Amino acid sequence: MRRHVLPGFGISLGYALTYLGLIVLLPLAALAWKASGIGVAGLLHLLSSPRTLAALRLSFGGALLAAAVNAVIGLLVAWVLVRYRFPGRRLFDALVDLPFALPTAVAGIALTTLYAPNGWLGGWLATWSIKVAYAPLGVLLAMVFVGFPFVVRTLQPVLESLDRDVEDAAESLGARRWQTFVRVILPMLAPTLLTGFALALARAVGEYGSVIFIAGNIPMRSEIAPLLIVQKLEQFDYAGAAALGVVMLLFSFVLLVVVALLQRWSVRWTESGR
Amino acid sequence: MSALVSARPVAWSRRLVRGALVLLAVGFLALFLLLPLATVFVEAFRQGAAIYLTSIRQHESLAAIRLTLLVAAIAVPLNLVFGVMAAWAITRFDFRGKALLGAFIDLPFSVSPVISGLVYVLLFGAQGWFGPWLDAHGVRIIFAVPGLVLATIFITLPFVARELIPLMQSQGSEEEEAARVLGASGWQMFFRVTLPNIRWALLYGVLLCNARAMGEFGAVSVVSGHIRGLTTTMPLEVEMRYNEYDFAGAFAVASLLALLALMTMALKTLLEWRYGNEIAAHAPGGH
Amino acid sequence: MKKLPVLLALVATLVTATTAARDVTVLNVSYDPTRELYRDVNAAFAAQWKARHGDNVTIQMSHGGSGKQARSVVDGLSADVVTLALAWDIDAIADHGLLAKDWQQRLPQNSSPYTSTIVFLVRKGNPKGIKDWPDLIKPGVQVITPNPKTSGGARWTFLAAWGYALKQPGGNEAKARAFTQELFKHMPVLDAGARGATNTFAQRGVGDVLLAWENEALLARQELGKDAFEVVVPSVTILAEPPVAVVDGNADKHGTRAIAEAYLKFLYSPQGQAIEAGHFYRPRSPDVAQQFAAQFPRVNTFTIKDVFGTWRQVQAKFFADGAIFDQIGPGN
Repeated sequence: MRRHVLPGFGISLGYALTYLGLIVLLPLAALAWKASGIGVAGLLHLLSSPRTLAALRLSFGGALLAAAVNAVIGLLVAWVLVRYRFPGRRLFDALVDLPFALPTAVAGIALTTLYAPNGWLGGWLATWSIKVAYAPLGVLLAMVFVGFPFVVRTLQPVLESLDRDVEDAAESLGARRWQTFVRVILPMLAPTLLTGFALALARAVGEYGSVIFIAGNIPMRSEIAPLLIVQKLEQFDYAGAAALGVVMLLFSFVLLVVVALLQRWSVRWTESGR
Repeated sequence: MSALVSARPVAWSRRLVRGALVLLAVGFLALFLLLPLATVFVEAFRQGAAIYLTSIRQHESLAAIRLTLLVAAIAVPLNLVFGVMAAWAITRFDFRGKALLGAFIDLPFSVSPVISGLVYVLLFGAQGWFGPWLDAHGVRIIFAVPGLVLATIFITLPFVARELIPLMQSQGSEEEEAARVLGASGWQMFFRVTLPNIRWALLYGVLLCNARAMGEFGAVSVVSGHIRGLTTTMPLEVEMRYNEYDFAGAFAVASLLALLALMTMALKTLLEWRYGNEIAAHAPGGH
Repeated sequence: MKKLPVLLALVATLVTATTAARDVTVLNVSYDPTRELYRDVNAAFAAQWKARHGDNVTIQMSHGGSGKQARSVVDGLSADVVTLALAWDIDAIADHGLLAKDWQQRLPQNSSPYTSTIVFLVRKGNPKGIKDWPDLIKPGVQVITPNPKTSGGARWTFLAAWGYALKQPGGNEAKARAFTQELFKHMPVLDAGARGATNTFAQRGVGDVLLAWENEALLARQELGKDAFEVVVPSVTILAEPPVAVVDGNADKHGTRAIAEAYLKFLYSPQGQAIEAGHFYRPRSPDVAQQFAAQFPRVNTFTIKDVFGTWRQVQAKFFADGAIFDQIGPGN
């Protein structure tokens, strides 16, 4: 019925598919083709190398942790920005987009300047013997930075449209603020929170520009997987670099699918709960 | 009487919680976002405004600014058209593989920028699939402007579509169908009904896409070749100057990019403030 | 809609910028720390060429890690000349057929118009008392150098440390291996390139000693504070020979061979040698070296050929995937 009324199905889908095919799929096919050059033995060798594993662990572990941190802080920030009125609210609201817009290299340099042992914050943290720059914590910091806007920006519109009646009802029934939050609001936000989490995760996994400035890049400790790809490239090991790239891509894809499943599950759970 | 007595402590504790939350959020934002931003400007002006202006007026800086604008001016409109087309197909029609198409649109988000650059080297580099043919015909893609544009398009491809899809999904197609039934042509329907309904989300998408396009570093670095004054965009120019011990210059160029970020945010805030209700009514992501 | 005229104007300026300038352009793809050097060399060469032949020469520069630059040339960055950190990187370009495999015999002195060496840069007053290689592995000493996998200079550093240990009385491969392994345990940061490492050491205040190109150490001292740093010359170190070559495939296609060859020859001329010495590269010409003698401390050096053979062999033995550096480098 719809199909007869609305025009442009052929052209819009055709255009989108062609564009996507040329810009994304064809290049990624080239990547997969190049990666296949290392063969099964080569892949096993690559994946069994402790250094590769350590780098993947740091990239994915760091990104998961960073996304979790972002989920918590993002929820807090989104909540405060939507629910409370205070001076400078608009300014801080605008500031949230900064990591989207600030070039990653600039972010990396600025964060390193701040958190290096002789920087404003780094010096202060050093007195507590907390090391951020040139340590795994620096990787985490940069990853939190680049992924931060995703959680806040996905949560905000939903928080705004959230039905306050439900909260009021819960409270009039004698629920405490905290209980209302945990039992009523959080479940309603869960699907959106997961979207934000997934986006922040995907962004952090592949991040290169800002991380290499602050990481220290010591193998087995603060070396991220994209850096390993770059190192392989510089030794003309295209196949190895491509293979690692494909492994990372598959990993992130699986993670995103898992998050999507969780999300579907949480939507169902919320709906059946109501 | 008793209600009043019991209400008081609740109000107090609420106010306390609220104050603490605001303080926490604002403290975090200030420390985490405002401070790095301030650092960029402090470092840029460390040696005075004169040095700042000289750094920006240098031939290389101007060339980098020009190139960055050019790349964004090509990449952003292309992704805008793609975003509208893809959102139209996905939200207005049912077809097989729709979910897959959605996943593919998000794919560039989960690809490391390093890989986004590399894939084009594998395609168009001298050792790549089309490299020898392109070389024989004198076409340069990698280490030239087309390569920079391609890498930028790849990185920023999802932004517009991602803003539009949830919004158009939640809006539904009744208005458009009504317009068609009343005899509007396809273009009339698009410009009179669809576009006014999605313009704010579209603008958001474009702003974010543009900001990311101008700021991209990793992918662009792989395909640039770093020829000074010819294939260096602003973020690459920042890195280059940093590597030349020209810290004031590096941060001066960086401050231009930060300024761009600020302008993007200001524009967004202005739009929200001016058309707040309209936008809230069509907030993206709201179901 | 308003964007269109702007876009057209931009395209127009770009097109005129590339076609209206009727001068000859030559692209020199170089490594990280040569930025200041080639800025001066290019100006001097362009002036000389214009005086002699009347053409306007523009020499475009691209800088980056030596390995990355070599890869870019292989991938199609159309360099007319390459001036890289070590011979292996140009060998790799030759392997892909862009220049003859015997390129290193085409210009005097292994095609290296200037040399450098690896020295130590320490903080003012040398608080950790670092005099020679063994001091680097004393407890509590932190050493900064870039990653040999991505930085040419760091490969020279690695080989200098290895060669030092080998040349000690009773020195052998096992001892060299142990010393180098211990050295890398003292590194808290591995930057990707020489400049990154210098910035980490000088700007961020990390580490007690920077292992660097001599030219880089002297420049850093000049740029970032003469009072803040001191150069320490170890008892023995490596003679680093950064090579240059015309990329035949590209130069012939662009019709720039004559000018590219003249450009590299200029690096050997007295004027070129003086510019190089002025930027803290050790000149090959004895006369110019004499002139700048005060600037360069006396050093005991060995060459790659003395100790290791060719760069091709060095690459396979030490830096290839799974080779010695991967076995003993940081993280092991």
